Amino acid sequence: MPKANVTFEDIGVTVTVPAGTRLIEISEKVGAGITYGCREGECATCMMKIVSGMEHMSERSVLEDKVLQENMAGRHHRLACQAQVLGGEVVVRPG
Amino acid sequence: MNVEAVELAQGVHWIGALDPDLREFDIILKTANGTTYNAYCVRGSEGVAVIDTVKENRAEDFFARLEQVAAYDEIKVIVLNHLEPDHTGALPELMRRAPNARLYISFKAQIMLKALLKSEELVYTTAKTGDTVSLGDRTLHFLHTPFLHWPDTQCTWLVESGILFSGDVFGCHFCDPRLFNDRVGDFRFSFEYYYQHIMRPFREHVLDALELIEPLDLRLIAPAHGPILRDAPGNYVRRYRQLAQPMLLNEAGDRAKTLLIFYLSSYGNTARMAQAVRDGAEEIDGVRASLFDLQGGEVAPFVDLVEEADGIAFGSPTINGDAVKPVWDLLSSLTMVNVREKLGAAFGSYGWSGEAVTMLEDRMRGLKLRVPVKGIRVKLIPTDEELTLCHAFGRELALHLTGQVTRKVITMEELNAQTSNSKEYLHA
Repeated sequence: MPKANVTFEDIGVTVTVPAGTRLIEISEKVGAGITYGCREGECATCMMKIVSGMEHMSERSVLEDKVLQENMAGRHHRLACQAQVLGGEVVVRPG
Repeated sequence: MNVEAVELAQGVHWIGALDPDLREFDIILKTANGTTYNAYCVRGSEGVAVIDTVKENRAEDFFARLEQVAAYDEIKVIVLNHLEPDHTGALPELMRRAPNARLYISFKAQIMLKALLKSEELVYTTAKTGDTVSLGDRTLHFLHTPFLHWPDTQCTWLVESGILFSGDVFGCHFCDPRLFNDRVGDFRFSFEYYYQHIMRPFREHVLDALELIEPLDLRLIAPAHGPILRDAPGNYVRRYRQLAQPMLLNEAGDRAKTLLIFYLSSYGNTARMAQAVRDGAEEIDGVRASLFDLQGGEVAPFVDLVEEADGIAFGSPTINGDAVKPVWDLLSSLTMVNVREKLGAAFGSYGWSGEAVTMLEDRMRGLKLRVPVKGIRVKLIPTDEELTLCHAFGRELALHLTGQVTRKVITMEELNAQTSNSKEYLHA
């Protein structure tokens, strides 16, 4: 199965995960400094910054895109509860 | 009450409202002297600008004053320096009465404007530093000063008159109908109190804003609350510069990282853990670790300490499934200061369930601290082995503080196993 490496910059941990894993599945378990609200892509509490490797992330869904726009997120931001890691090296931090 | 517009300079009037009987503002601030909601009207050769409005329940006074100095069809510009409801309560009605006016807001204010007016089809212009709007013979210049104290905040500079419409910056809750700082009663405590409660968490943003404001040739500061500062306005700018400095002298030196360990202990178990954490942290060069028993301390001085610290650790027993109140009291007071990206950690002894540590870690993450080292929980009396773990925990915190930790690499399977083990531990 294809793998991806996700580095949580704030706590200095890299997790090797199966491609397709949602960021929230990793960030919650590893104890990264990301907080969570609805976990359904509506509240934007889990907005995080993709420091590098955005090209390895899933495309924004219509819902995620709407919520990010409403919260004036920059192009480097994603919702941990929605974004999936598809492969390669991705570095994230609380945003 | 006398409802008259007050002239600040030629063609510039205060058209705000007084709220002398208010004794508490927005739940969080005491207001012994009430407050004012300051709004202003600026007349140029080619139109009139209204800068900010007032709280909705004071709209009548605002409109009465505005009508004394301008007709609604002359109003070309409405500037909102800050969209909190005490400054925008009269906005919907003003927009209805002055349909020719165009709104000028900061980029970040857009979300709030839509939420306030409950409309997606609004016409407005977003402004940033350097943007201007002409009123003919005078020009409004915008200064982007975000987070003072909301993301949307900005200042507006009327260059020809040397007047800074500063929003909440340099404001305070102090109502005196004489309005001007050289005529009102002693409002110094209100000015200081307002800074400490409203601006202090955003110290870095205050410093950024001062870089924009200090070069201005100020003749008058017109804030959104409290006295209008026409006598020695530069003094208030200098005072902000002083207030934005660290509260405490940095006696540990710039090269030392500081770790504050706060604890409470009923039977001495969490206290012994705290001492071991401190001893471990102190082994690392360049770290100054300090231990504080929260039972013997007031919250406010600890908040000052935390503001200047690099890391904080909390040791709490678990009582009735929760961390103990003095820890929450301190944590809930940290919104007064900026703790973002400081290191956070938790540990504690427990009798039955031991939830305190994870609760404290979650709270610290919520406050945007980074919590890189999983906390330690010990059932009742720590053994020598467990105290050794606490010692190692302190060392690891210190290594994180000094940037000496190499990145840990784990697999998802290992992570799942760790999580599963810790759940079993929690429910054992």
